[in-house]
Amino acid sequence: MSVEAELPVLTPKDFATDQELRWCPRCGDYSILAQMKKVLPTLGVPREKMVFVSGIGCSSRFPYYVSTYGFHSIHGRAPAVATGLKVARPDLMVWVITGDGDALSIGGNHLLHAIRRNVDLKIIMFNNQIYGLTKGQYSPTSPQGKKTKSTPYGSVDAPLNPLSVAIGAGATFVARSADVDIQHLSETLERAAAHKGTAFVEVYQDCNVFNSGAFEFATKKDQKQDNCIYLEHGRPLVFGAQRDRGVRLNGTGHLEVVSLDEVKEDDLLFHDEQEEDLSHAFRLAQLRWPHAPEPMGVFRDVQRPTYDGAVDQQLRDRRAQVGEGDLEALFNSGDTWEVH
Amino acid sequence: MSTGTETPQSPEKPLETLESVVIRFCGDSGDGMQLAGTQFTNVSAVFGNDVSTLPDFPAEIRAPAGSLFGVSGFQLCFSSGDIYTPGDEVDTLVAMNPAALKTNLNDLRRGGTLIINADSFDKSNLQKAHYDFDPLTDEKYLAGYRIHLVPMTRLTRDAVEGLGLSTREADRCKNLFALGLVYWLYDRDATPTEDWLKQKFGKAPAILEANLRALRGGYTYGLATEQFTVHYKVPAAHLPPGRYRKVTGNEATAMGLATAAKVSGKELFYGGYPITPASDILHELSKLKEFGVRTFQAEDEIAAITSVIGAAFGGAFAVTASSGPGIALKGEGIGLAVMTELPMVIVNVQRGGPSTGLPTKTEQSDLFLSYFGRNGDCPLPLIAAQSPADCFAAAQEAMRIAVEFMTPVFLLTDGYIANGAEPWRIPNVEDLKPIKFAHPREVNGNGEGYLPYLRDENLVRPWAIPGTPGLEHRLGGLEKADRTGNVSYDPENHQKMVEIRRQKVANVAKTLPPQEVDGPESGDLLLVSWGGTFGAVRTAAQVARRKGQSVAHCHLRYISPFPSNLGDILKRYKKVLVPELNTGQLWVILRALYLVDAIGFNKIKGKPFLIHELTEKIDEALAQ
Repeated sequence: MSVEAELPVLTPKDFATDQELRWCPRCGDYSILAQMKKVLPTLGVPREKMVFVSGIGCSSRFPYYVSTYGFHSIHGRAPAVATGLKVARPDLMVWVITGDGDALSIGGNHLLHAIRRNVDLKIIMFNNQIYGLTKGQYSPTSPQGKKTKSTPYGSVDAPLNPLSVAIGAGATFVARSADVDIQHLSETLERAAAHKGTAFVEVYQDCNVFNSGAFEFATKKDQKQDNCIYLEHGRPLVFGAQRDRGVRLNGTGHLEVVSLDEVKEDDLLFHDEQEEDLSHAFRLAQLRWPHAPEPMGVFRDVQRPTYDGAVDQQLRDRRAQVGEGDLEALFNSGDTWEVH
Repeated sequence: MSTGTETPQSPEKPLETLESVVIRFCGDSGDGMQLAGTQFTNVSAVFGNDVSTLPDFPAEIRAPAGSLFGVSGFQLCFSSGDIYTPGDEVDTLVAMNPAALKTNLNDLRRGGTLIINADSFDKSNLQKAHYDFDPLTDEKYLAGYRIHLVPMTRLTRDAVEGLGLSTREADRCKNLFALGLVYWLYDRDATPTEDWLKQKFGKAPAILEANLRALRGGYTYGLATEQFTVHYKVPAAHLPPGRYRKVTGNEATAMGLATAAKVSGKELFYGGYPITPASDILHELSKLKEFGVRTFQAEDEIAAITSVIGAAFGGAFAVTASSGPGIALKGEGIGLAVMTELPMVIVNVQRGGPSTGLPTKTEQSDLFLSYFGRNGDCPLPLIAAQSPADCFAAAQEAMRIAVEFMTPVFLLTDGYIANGAEPWRIPNVEDLKPIKFAHPREVNGNGEGYLPYLRDENLVRPWAIPGTPGLEHRLGGLEKADRTGNVSYDPENHQKMVEIRRQKVANVAKTLPPQEVDGPESGDLLLVSWGGTFGAVRTAAQVARRKGQSVAHCHLRYISPFPSNLGDILKRYKKVLVPELNTGQLWVILRALYLVDAIGFNKIKGKPFLIHELTEKIDEALAQ
């Protein structure tokens, strides 16, 4: 595209702002911000055409630190603000930055509806399984039994599985990555950016103050290969530091971890991110550590018309049909009469 | 006219002329009374009468047949003079069943005409209406009215016989029989209704024929039977010259909003969630795609307001509408709009509250909610429409203030004017003024880049929108530093910003026309009203002056800020009376801001003021 050719070459530095970062030292958010700033200049989208919209929480400070247009909205409502913006301005690239409390608790309704409409938004949900900004209460993704300020005897709440929620709402793009897995994270963000429609990305993010180490299983170099399956489209589900284990669909329709000593690769479950049937991605989302290896990467990437595109299309169709709106005709519609 | 029943005798019956008539159609909510009332209104408007309507329906779509709470009514006044209200007392009441008679008879004036579907007065319906006697044979009960007992069910069935309709389908046509009869009684030309039926039922010839036969059957019945000895005409009104149409308040609001965007070269974004009585605004706007109107039926009220905030950030003329419970939910979002200083209109079509309250009834009890209902010191401009047709101008004015002052603006209407209808003189498109707005393309700071909170002489900040290179900035709900808009917790800055936001709203008054008063410039009593009570209060003040009383009327469109001359006006009268359909909300604000010892007059029945209620209160206030 000629537009891309004329774009000045930008670097991550060009996406920094003059605002002092207000996250705790060693917070996982720093890494996610760094990967985002690395990815943004590569997208071929002018900086002024990008908007970051967030809700409330530690992660939602994000827009202040990216030199695009930004909107730090109110708790839980970022997907709705972003939907209004994207419908009014389909020419913009709109990112939503949210957290587990923001997206799945107070804002659960908006998340569901943005996804089921397939609004062209890139929703990045930082999941740290805790309320950080309010200083350490359990969140809707905290595991049962979690002891926090508001659950001194352990949480009795059953947690939500964010990817199951997104897939259940019919998400066209679903992925998972982790804050300090920098290569994997930047690749995942690039994939989300390239998707047309709602992209939902869960990023495991360490809250080193209130929930330190919650995702070590997926980030520690010596553990992650054994605990995670790195999804590859069209490839069998193989994992392990020695790549000696895999996951297959057994005769009863359940996923089962097997040793490659006993089962051939060809008999494993093959990953197909373009599978229209939601059950494939949903099944993968049920694999949770420590009971099973957790899939990381792109679970699902399918094409469906976007909501904002369809709204825009109706306007164009109608104008093609009847021409530009005429106030005179509108005012005079229905029965009219003259008074002399 | 042909008839489906017997050949008329065409007797010549005298035609008397009346100045003004109030008719009410009432029956079961499934009886088609809204349709009958709407058609009568259309026919009268097209004929050239001034009209004013009051639909009154239950919240249930199909309440149990024959029940008292399932009664649906439609009242209209049509006149050869200027009218402002649907009338106090009913001249002609059409009652389709015992429940309708029971709930509406009190409003019929003594000597008024009562047309009853006698077929529906069976034991079961009498029981459902809690009648332990037969009102049709009770001499005292209906004494003093001109009663016409018409076997409408049977006559309608006879009229449609041979068309292959089921009894149920045949009975559905009896509202048109009643309508036809009233058309004869008031010498109306039924052609617009016949045309409408042909359009609606063109694809169902049997149903169309049945409806036409019922309509004509009713008309012929009036002409032919000896029951009706006289009929009436109401000549055309002397309205200002021009082309007219009938509009409801919600239609006019939708057209006003679309017009404000269109003449300004902008697209309109509407985010809304269905709620009675505001949904028609969404319905109307969703038709206007060729005007660039984007409607978003949100998942809830909060998404509706926050989507509007997103659209306004993107540069759209943005609007949401709701009613009490929905406005309550939008509160936090409206606060964000005040903090980010983005332009948008929030329409509050008020209904009876609190809580779910009276969804289909009218009230003015959301003035406090709209004025104060947010956390923090959170001021915004507030204006109110006074009648159905006035919603057109009020909606444009709300958008003007929003865009010129970069602020959310409340537009208050209510269930009465939203669903009520009146003639609207169609404006010349060339006379409609565009709203001035600018999206800056260049940085405004002196070497500091773009400053989103740098202000003009009215304290208005600039509206740079995404897509503009070099003006990238971030907005949000945390307190803003003056000029830069950066997050600030500085105590001095917070005080300054709270005061700036308040002063900015106060500055709107500089652009408002001076408040006008109808009646003497000073005197014994000033009536101060706002919103949908305009018609009743204006009429009551005129009635009082005709009686020789020194009464003036000040009707407020602008409630926040008030026009700057309001304080002077309030001082020029010995007494100030504030009639409202709430417990005295404007009354409190006027007393607080102007230290005026105003008297409140408050009706909270889900119904508009009647003129005589106001004139009696005026007498009382003057006597004290």
